[in-house]
Amino acid sequence: MLDRKLTKGNIALAEGAIQAGCMFYFGYPITPQNDIPEYFAKNLPKIGGTFVPAESEIASINMVMGAAASGKRAMTSSSGPGISLMQEGISYMAGSEIPCVIVNIMRSGPGLGGIDPTQGDYNQAVHGGGHGDYSNIVLAPASVQEMFDLTIKAFELADKYRNPAMIIADAMIGQFQEACRLIPEHPVKSYDKNWSLLGCESREPRLLKSLYLGPGEQETHNLDLQKKYRTMEEHEVLYESIGLEDAEVMIIAFGTPSRVAKTAIKELRKNGIKAGLFRPITLFPFPKKEIHEYSKKTGKILVVEMNTGQMLNDVIIASDRNSTVSFFGRPGGGIPYPDEIISHAMKLL
Amino acid sequence: MNRIFEHPKSLKYTNTHFCPGCTHGVAHRLIADAIDKLNIREKTIGIPGVGCCVFLYKYFNIDVLEAPHGRAPACATGMKRAQPDKIIFSYQGDGDMAAIGTSEIIHAANRGENISVFFINNSVYGMTGGQMAPTTLLGQQTTTSPYGRDFKTEGYPIKMAEMLATLEGVAYSSRVSLHSPKHINQASKAIQKALEMQINEMGFSVVEMLSTCPTNWRVSPTEALETVDREMIPYFPLGVYKERKGKDFL
Repeated sequence: MLDRKLTKGNIALAEGAIQAGCMFYFGYPITPQNDIPEYFAKNLPKIGGTFVPAESEIASINMVMGAAASGKRAMTSSSGPGISLMQEGISYMAGSEIPCVIVNIMRSGPGLGGIDPTQGDYNQAVHGGGHGDYSNIVLAPASVQEMFDLTIKAFELADKYRNPAMIIADAMIGQFQEACRLIPEHPVKSYDKNWSLLGCESREPRLLKSLYLGPGEQETHNLDLQKKYRTMEEHEVLYESIGLEDAEVMIIAFGTPSRVAKTAIKELRKNGIKAGLFRPITLFPFPKKEIHEYSKKTGKILVVEMNTGQMLNDVIIASDRNSTVSFFGRPGGGIPYPDEIISHAMKLL
Repeated sequence: MNRIFEHPKSLKYTNTHFCPGCTHGVAHRLIADAIDKLNIREKTIGIPGVGCCVFLYKYFNIDVLEAPHGRAPACATGMKRAQPDKIIFSYQGDGDMAAIGTSEIIHAANRGENISVFFINNSVYGMTGGQMAPTTLLGQQTTTSPYGRDFKTEGYPIKMAEMLATLEGVAYSSRVSLHSPKHINQASKAIQKALEMQINEMGFSVVEMLSTCPTNWRVSPTEALETVDREMIPYFPLGVYKERKGKDFL
């Protein structure tokens, strides 16, 4: 077995990025993600990488755009208010098909909110956030190990599809420590970037843009983007399932609530109630088909989130029409307890 | 036979879409000539902002990245850090650089990013139909200052070349005009100087170019050129506001 080291979630994420070949980090301070820029500031210069403390999150994401347009793996990280400022740049990168990784260690909102763990930015990440008809790739780690592994995955998927990839984790996942294997599970994949802007030596000039003014051009571009998103839905869905073979109630949760749900499920099973967990790992592409199949089998679904019901709507859309979907959520830094989940699950039976 | 005038390699053969009397085309030509002269076309990447400046990509025969409104200096920062051996320039209008992009331009300049910035100041938002910009002259009527710009409510026109010259990271800051052959020659030299500053790794360089917008000023092309001379230059004096001679910043 490989060596594992006690590691903080945010540090595992930053180390994962470096091991994925990300040599360019641009960012602005905000709690609860400051360990990430600090790790890059300390470690990137040692390996010939570039860390720039940007003047704002708006500048950060546009610096990422410049480095990424150069064909380099580049990223930024922030939390709610900063991610809101980045939406313009993210939309431009989605439109111009420039790959990058954006990390949101979520804090509660709206407004300045608080720094407690929350999942209030699900809709912002999964349903666009910025202007226009686009989707981010969105990954939701639920452990320190996944902070490392899914960051590598995010860079691979971003490059593969020439699309922004976002990692959203609540502050708990960012701030706690667990044993973590800090070596990639598989060799890191890289992709040919025959679109990058390197100067037009011995070739025709290239252009990266999102402006389409000609008749029908923008519509064609939008439909092409949609094709790409459908391909992602076909090939890139990731999820974890526990005990769904015989489950009479399926709990659906991501991030920290999925960990609490695991404790609740053990308790429920001890008491003879067959509960199971479905944990989406990719929030976009969302595991629609899988949830649909399991909902037909199980019939009773409890969605648990640390917000007032955001993924809930995607679950309702995905679920079989004859299934019952209920919800338990705590917003604003509230963390669901196992007995709260248990009592909500019992109500379904 | 000696050829003394030809189409710049750095510009494509295409029809212009700019309005009659607009000086964007002149600025394009001068930048393209400088790129050709310095023999850097194949390693130059242009980053236009939003507004009429965005159409740089239709005309330049080089790699181009379209930046969000005002963010070109941040995009240029990321690109130059990723490719320090390439020549990176941004091309921005006054709404783009002097209004929505003030944060990005000031901090890129202050960091001394080794990039060049070409700033087209025509005192209005051109593409959107001639609204008031931070560079609009006092008394100037625009669609959003229909009674003329009043310093009591809209403040004074912002002087970018002077302001940027105060920052340590800036190697070269100058203001030129595109309204007469003499001034165009001066502008040509300033543009080349800015790119040379970057080639010599001296730091941030910026050239502000006083330009025309006859359509939105509601004047003829010739009147627009006269307006630059009569009304813009007295408020926006031409000249070199900073020129680093050696690497004295080290």
